[in-house]
Amino acid sequence: MSQLTRRRALGATATVLTGLVLTGFARTAGASSEPRTAGPKHHTGHAGHAGHEGPQPFSETFQGRRIEGAPSHGDGHHGGYAVQIDGEELHVMQNADSTWVSVINHYETFPTPRAVARAAVIELQGSELVPLA
Amino acid sequence: MTVRKNQASLTAAEKRSFVDALLELKRTGRYDTFVTTHNAFIMSDTDNGDRVGHRSPSFLPWHRRFLIQFEQALQAIDPTVALPYWDWTADRTASASLWAPGFLGGTGRSRDGQVTEGPFAVDGGRWPVTVTVDGRGFLRRALGSGVAQLPTRAEVDSVLAMPTYDTAPWNSASDGFRNHLEGWRGVNLHNRVHVWVGGQMATGASPNDPVFWLHHAFIDRLWAQWQARHPRSAYLPAGATRNVVSLNDVMRPWNDVTPAEMLDHTKFYTFDTLA
Repeated sequence: MSQLTRRRALGATATVLTGLVLTGFARTAGASSEPRTAGPKHHTGHAGHAGHEGPQPFSETFQGRRIEGAPSHGDGHHGGYAVQIDGEELHVMQNADSTWVSVINHYETFPTPRAVARAAVIELQGSELVPLA
Repeated sequence: MTVRKNQASLTAAEKRSFVDALLELKRTGRYDTFVTTHNAFIMSDTDNGDRVGHRSPSFLPWHRRFLIQFEQALQAIDPTVALPYWDWTADRTASASLWAPGFLGGTGRSRDGQVTEGPFAVDGGRWPVTVTVDGRGFLRRALGSGVAQLPTRAEVDSVLAMPTYDTAPWNSASDGFRNHLEGWRGVNLHNRVHVWVGGQMATGASPNDPVFWLHHAFIDRLWAQWQARHPRSAYLPAGATRNVVSLNDVMRPWNDVTPAEMLDHTKFYTFDTLA
């Protein structure tokens, strides 16, 4: 509990410190209906495999946040794939056309779980993900 | 009888009554139960599994029932209140009166997206955002940031012209009116408006923003307009269909109402104009 509180406090600080930069980024990158996927180059570029054998795992630091994704053995509701931001699960879902949404960006589709994770980082502006009951 | 009006034509007194009822519903804790319900359906409605509230034929009757329930909760506080609708093809900029401090308040400030004016600004102390996926307890918006343009009247008309209600596979990949209105395919109407507003409206917890109800009241009106244009087109599927709510199946979470019972909105309310 105290750890959660501390992390939230850190997140709030990060919001204040980096909000201007992140907001500016979001405005620029979000000006069209294109997915907001601009940013650091992919470290492991296997996005092209998505749709046939499922997206590859990824793990990177994006705008100061640790984002990770990997195939999971869930009930299939998440497309059998789990995404975390700084260790907290981001609820993601694969669409029938193999694009992705998350609970943070639920009305906009993204080509890969990595892209949906990066979009969530931008939207969170440094704040902590909190699991919904 | 409840008459749903265009938000742009509301009097100052009507706006005040609507806002006051929203604030009272928030104070009692009832408002947040609607946010929780919506998010639960958003997270569980999947293209290849059970789907009720979204990405499925019952998107429209589900939201119709959801709005009726919400409107009844408002009317228990103030019986004169009806849900207004936001015609975003006409009132399509952040300078529309909808976003004035005397009504919903405007866009968020650039630093953190916080809405700082109007009855729902966090500083007023009457609109805490508690059902949310992150730690930020204030209403956020970024009008026109996630996508530049709201749908146009011509784009709406192109979707209203589609004669078939919905098609297999009855999900976000479907052709037909429902999925084009919802926005997973084509010119993108409903989904795009959520993205245009930004903030909580772009998330699964979108009813945190009161504009959710005005947006969906307009989507609901477009369904009524579509019915008027296509009197021989019916809700589909009519027969039992795996994972999908067909015409006479009951819908969760109520379990006592079917799409068939939601087809005629005039049993519950009328619009100022359907033209």
